[in-house]
Amino acid sequence: MAIFSKEEARRILEKVISFSKADGIEANLNGSNGGNIRYARNTVSTSGEDSNVTLAVQSNFGKKSGTATINEFDDASLEKVVRRAEELAKLSPENPEFMESLPQQTYGESKTFSEATAKITPEYRAQAAANSINPASAKDVTAAGFLDDSHNFASMMNSKGLFAYNQSTSVNFTATMRTNDGTGSGWVTRDFNDVSKLDTAEASRVAIDKAIMSKEAKAIEPGKYTVILEPAASAELLGNMFFNMSARQADEGRSFLSKKGGGTKLGEKLVDERVNIYTDPFNAEVPASPWTGDGQARRKMDIINGGVVKNMFYDRYWASQKNVAPVPFPGNIIMQGGSASLEEMIKDTKKGILVTRFWYIRSVDPQTLLYTGLTRDGTFYIENGKIKHPVKNFRFNESPVIMLNNLETLGKQVRVDGDLIPYMKIRDFTFTSLSDAV
Amino acid sequence: MKRRDFIQLAGMGAGAMMLPISPFAKNVDPARLLDQVIDVKQKKQLADVALNTAKSNGATYADIRIGRYLNQFIVTRENKVQNVVNTESFGCGVRVIANGTWGFASTNDVTKEGIDKATKKAVEIAKANAKVQKEPVKLVPVQGYGDQTYKTPIVKNAFEVPIGDKADLLLKANAKAMEKGASFINNILFLVNEQKYFASTEGSYIDQDVHRTWPFFTVTVVDKTSGQFKQRASFSAPVGMGYEYLDGNPKDKIQAPGDIILYNNSYDVVEDAAMAAEQAKQIIAAKSVEPGKYDLVLEPSHLWLTIHESVGHPLELDRVLGYEANFAGTSFATLDKWKTKNFNYGSKQVTLFADKIQPGSLGAVGYDDEGVKTKRWDLVKDGILVNYQAIRDQAHIIGEKESHGCCYADDWGSVQFQRMPNVSLAPGKEQLTPQQMISNVEKGVYIVKDGSYSIDQQRYNFQFGGVLFFEIKNGKIAGMLKDVAYQSNTQEFWNSCVQVCDERDFRLNGSFFDGKGQPSQSSAVSHGSSTARFNGVNVINTARTI
Repeated sequence: MAIFSKEEARRILEKVISFSKADGIEANLNGSNGGNIRYARNTVSTSGEDSNVTLAVQSNFGKKSGTATINEFDDASLEKVVRRAEELAKLSPENPEFMESLPQQTYGESKTFSEATAKITPEYRAQAAANSINPASAKDVTAAGFLDDSHNFASMMNSKGLFAYNQSTSVNFTATMRTNDGTGSGWVTRDFNDVSKLDTAEASRVAIDKAIMSKEAKAIEPGKYTVILEPAASAELLGNMFFNMSARQADEGRSFLSKKGGGTKLGEKLVDERVNIYTDPFNAEVPASPWTGDGQARRKMDIINGGVVKNMFYDRYWASQKNVAPVPFPGNIIMQGGSASLEEMIKDTKKGILVTRFWYIRSVDPQTLLYTGLTRDGTFYIENGKIKHPVKNFRFNESPVIMLNNLETLGKQVRVDGDLIPYMKIRDFTFTSLSDAV
Repeated sequence: MKRRDFIQLAGMGAGAMMLPISPFAKNVDPARLLDQVIDVKQKKQLADVALNTAKSNGATYADIRIGRYLNQFIVTRENKVQNVVNTESFGCGVRVIANGTWGFASTNDVTKEGIDKATKKAVEIAKANAKVQKEPVKLVPVQGYGDQTYKTPIVKNAFEVPIGDKADLLLKANAKAMEKGASFINNILFLVNEQKYFASTEGSYIDQDVHRTWPFFTVTVVDKTSGQFKQRASFSAPVGMGYEYLDGNPKDKIQAPGDIILYNNSYDVVEDAAMAAEQAKQIIAAKSVEPGKYDLVLEPSHLWLTIHESVGHPLELDRVLGYEANFAGTSFATLDKWKTKNFNYGSKQVTLFADKIQPGSLGAVGYDDEGVKTKRWDLVKDGILVNYQAIRDQAHIIGEKESHGCCYADDWGSVQFQRMPNVSLAPGKEQLTPQQMISNVEKGVYIVKDGSYSIDQQRYNFQFGGVLFFEIKNGKIAGMLKDVAYQSNTQEFWNSCVQVCDERDFRLNGSFFDGKGQPSQSSAVSHGSSTARFNGVNVINTARTI
């Protein structure tokens, strides 16, 4: 049984803490049950399940700490793991960045668990795959896809009296549909905490339609274009930007948020004033754990508001050096959208490119957050408010900072990879070369 | 974002570092890494439980991998040791074929009962999936090898070297970099030991002990006046060697064009850190590249990644067939091109071979993860596409009578599948040094060490950066450049290869982090080459203002 109830977890963790002879002790008890199915060439290729529980104990004497883990939970094993952590702590060098454990925190109520997802069976997964494969093969299209689900619990306790517990579930689904003549490709992604919101047949239809629509793409010259980015296209570029918003990096002068001559861009306007980005672990559509792995409470917080940088992320050590409150890395990202539908955004575009997704995005220059990557699985030319024809894929070289400064229109939000991201119309997006890839 | 399994090491930035720790790995104390958990005799008895249970439940084939995967990471920056992480992951994975369909299950309960239960689960999954199966699995034959062992030929087991000694070496290098003007240095040592036992219903019982070592740093110099920061990564390679790689043996040092020092089978981290600080300052002061066509002279520490992306990946047979369509993608190198026997993947100078046997390489093992003895074979011969990378359930598709032996799983909890072997560019047949090569280039760029990289899902269009770029003018190095990236098309690029230096210049580099599959798995792979010249490649300038 890889999922312990709140009371089972509390009982084990209390026992662990009671064995401590160190200055401090912190214990994390986590477990998961997961399963997945993968298919390609219109047939299932691999499928499996996994299950695991681990107890990690960190003991410290002053700034010397040691960590040991175990996956047996009888009293003798629990005592053994505590003794081992203490022995290791005594042998370790002092870590000048070691932070004492937190006292009890107040956490909001978690929304991350769904009973339906926890009950997924191998038969469900096989059926979900069949619901994606069958409509594809009926249309001369080849399906490849992946569905994975997990049910997790996380709990922690320390000698300062902090106890935290959370259960979460998630299901992720992606499918790539390719026309059998090899000239068209479409893709779709869906992710939820609650599997009852997932319909792999509906999702697969989107990808199948895109595959058929993208057949026999025409080459157009690379250059600067107005683009409509589907949320799945911009999600990773934006994610890369947030991932680089560490306050320490910025203070050290090695971040896109560092300023010439010293200082950071915190509190300064970075992007278009219509850009509002925040995190909220209690959002019903994209819930995240109410606490971080070291027990900090997550709450609703602005990251960019009115185009101005409102928060960078401070770990507890760096916050203590800078005399500010720690700002934990967010569990989700929510970018405010507008009311425009995709159809309206297309209708409103004189000349532009509709992008389903980007692929193989890699950093080119961390100073300017320049990234390169390519369009994939459905790229279309728009003229006078209508999709005219599919176009060959492009390579881009672009920075999300420049992109958010070139914002034209915000559309509706969609959940992508645990975040809420709107459709966006961006002007002067830089495509640097063409690719023959389908 | 929360599904991202990043472990960001302070200061590395941009997700530069993703530790290849399996979700099953747990922290352990270093002493435990030297323990033997169970002996070979016990492993064989446990393995037989899986093989017998599978057969009695209707499986036509079964294999089991009992694995113990050890990692040690020593993480430092400037004058402090930030973290020492020791992880151990122990368990087993059972793979079966029932009703013509694969099934897989894994467990960390490595007892007769645990294995029996996991095996039944694997058979149950295979039978459930058989209902939607359209292509029954077909395996090419493999010999039953009986009891076998293999061990990476290491001189010093890095796990036996005291942590204090390893940390001191990194801190010494850090001090040197700071003394030479670095603003920051993040310096890490990764150690890997895979102890894996494989058994199958074909009659093999194979015990292997595989070691890998990777010292890696990034030096950053911040120029406060201009607001610029530049990084210079270490010139080390991840290797299939023990701690002897860090001996800094002078005979393995190479004096390369541009007055730089490179390394072969032995690495001097202290010397390299000092050079890195100096060179990072030079990058800040370097000339921004004029975009246009250049002849590129690509050093092996750079070219390995271009080989990896534009040759290694497109010639994975599962990609060619569409099994990776939903994630990594498919391939331009389709079977019809291969069948013509005259598809010019590259120029006549280009022979690219695959292997799982090169000494010191990351891919070297005795047997792959489905019990096939490893070997070397050609992928591209004198420019012509001649073969792919295939495992037991694919080899029949390309008419091969046996598997190439390149099946791998990154953990006992992951299912094994076709993974890239070492893929290397064969050295040129005529005597040629990099210096001689450069002396014939009128307008070119000499590129050292891999940097930014990106390629499309069928492996046509790519863009690569680097770490050091030197302008070549009329046969001579004319100073350092910055903001350089080159864009090309795989077939066009390899056909523009006009010269490859001889075998004296052949060196390996590689990665611990080749990602493929869903759920995604990491694999370690090396790529070797000598310095090679590519004519008329498109170079772009990557400088921007935000």
